[in-house]
Amino acid sequence: MSELRADLAIISEWIEPGSRVLDLGCGDGKLLRHLQETRGVSGYGLEIDADNVAACVRNGVNVLQTDLDAGLSDFDPDSFDYVVMTQTLQAVNYPHLLIDEMLRVGRQGIITFPNFGHWRLRYYLALKGRMPMSGALPHTWYDTPNIHLCTIKDFEALCREKRLRILQRHVLDHAHRARALSRVLPNVLAEVAMYRFERDTRRPS
Amino acid sequence: MQKTLPADSVGLVTPQTLHFDQPLELDCGRQLSNYDLVYETYGELNAERSNAVLICHALSGDHHAAGYHSPEDRKPGWWETAVGPGKPIDTNRFFVVCSNNLGGCNGSTGPASINPATGRPYGADFPIVTVHDWVRSQARLADALGIERWAAVVGGSLGGMQALQWAVDYPDRLAHAVVIAAAPKLSAQNIAFNEVARQAILSDRDFHDGRYLEHGTAPHRGLALARMLGHITYLSDDAMRAKFGRDLRQTNGKPTFSFDVDFEVESYLRYQGRRFVEHFDANTYLLMTKALDYFDPAAPYSHDLSAALARTEASFLVVSFTSDWRFSPARSREIVRALLDVDKNVTYSEVEASQGHDAFLMNIPAYFDVFSAYMGRVARGVGA
Repeated sequence: MSELRADLAIISEWIEPGSRVLDLGCGDGKLLRHLQETRGVSGYGLEIDADNVAACVRNGVNVLQTDLDAGLSDFDPDSFDYVVMTQTLQAVNYPHLLIDEMLRVGRQGIITFPNFGHWRLRYYLALKGRMPMSGALPHTWYDTPNIHLCTIKDFEALCREKRLRILQRHVLDHAHRARALSRVLPNVLAEVAMYRFERDTRRPS
Repeated sequence: MQKTLPADSVGLVTPQTLHFDQPLELDCGRQLSNYDLVYETYGELNAERSNAVLICHALSGDHHAAGYHSPEDRKPGWWETAVGPGKPIDTNRFFVVCSNNLGGCNGSTGPASINPATGRPYGADFPIVTVHDWVRSQARLADALGIERWAAVVGGSLGGMQALQWAVDYPDRLAHAVVIAAAPKLSAQNIAFNEVARQAILSDRDFHDGRYLEHGTAPHRGLALARMLGHITYLSDDAMRAKFGRDLRQTNGKPTFSFDVDFEVESYLRYQGRRFVEHFDANTYLLMTKALDYFDPAAPYSHDLSAALARTEASFLVVSFTSDWRFSPARSREIVRALLDVDKNVTYSEVEASQGHDAFLMNIPAYFDVFSAYMGRVARGVGA
């Protein structure tokens, strides 16, 4: 098994051993396999792509071929400790509703997404006047799965609006390294943002 | 006529028959005092007896899942696409068993067999058998073959339902259940189609209350009609359009203005009907459709499928096909959902396919990719 991508390695540190995990858009199942092998977790991956489904089976992961845009109605409330969604938020029809669903079926949510506020993307748009493309966002504007891109500020505003409590945040550069600099001005310098969050049940102050 | 058999086939196979003297109590309250089960096997049973896979057949299937009975056979077994060396059910790794269900007409005791009590064919006297009965008879077959636990029980359509029933009835006797193009029970629409099929047979004047063999005849028209109806439900609208469209049988392109065959699809259905009656018994068809109608593994568990599946120990692969309207993906998802409710290991593949229900018999790359990958996992689990 190849070395785990840096963001996935960080997620696996966030997850308590022995917990139940649902992975939305689980790809080839690498994260779940890693979690099964190193953290003793159990759970399922949801994936729409047939090749990825077969890859999950080869990785020994329980995978359900499902369209995330149809929601998570197959799952009962509070079925999971964590509902994880890596690099998929920007590709679904209704990200805000899916976040609600994540916290209906799970205790905590973990989301990673490409930060659209990164300076290189700003530069593309501001100076070149073209829709941004980058290593994390390699698609042309007319043929891209990424229909709901957002910035770190956007995401955190949504969290406030939804009264979600951010438990952990981590930002990475393009090579998925955690550079000190990107923590100073994350919305400009981070290429990938990672969050662990839950519903804020505290009384509003 | 073919002289050399394909290299990826199990090749020449010979059916075997086991006789059982221990009476089998049936769900209907009656019993079979003794019976035969005919079956085929492919591949080698390993020393640990851990690599056995049971294939369950569908409505009109039988024990001849793969290979050829003679080099002159025009066609191989019904699941030749999936069973053989290097295929999803890889006979280089697995010892594969497929038996003809009780009540069948291809060697296992059924309505056309002689009733030892009367010396005449059972005919209409053959008891109604259920999927649950079949599973129990197969458990005895497993005992006789020295197989304590199947590496997997696999089936499509009615065979998939049988695999599901296996998982519920004998939780510790299978490691995996592969349930393809199935449903947790029939819908009213499914039962309605079966009822029309049965009425076609029952109302044929050659049916003779099921004693047609003693009259030296058979309800061929009724059975052919039943089969024609079945075939409509096996194909999708798209598949029929692609296969036949509205093409006329006559080359001059003019309708006959009669009730003869005009359209290709009519010709196809009539051909399927005619061919079917040559080798299938009408009483068996009645029994098989009734077994489908009665299938409901949740019934003994207060009609709660999750409760029925809570006792299972197997891991599941559930597969459906997008254009299958006989047992649609929604029906497979009912099974998946019930398994999720009780935290079972389940993988679900919803295969994009235009072929309708029949897709489960076909080599569709996305389907066979997942199927092969899953069976690879099954094999690794038993060191095969």
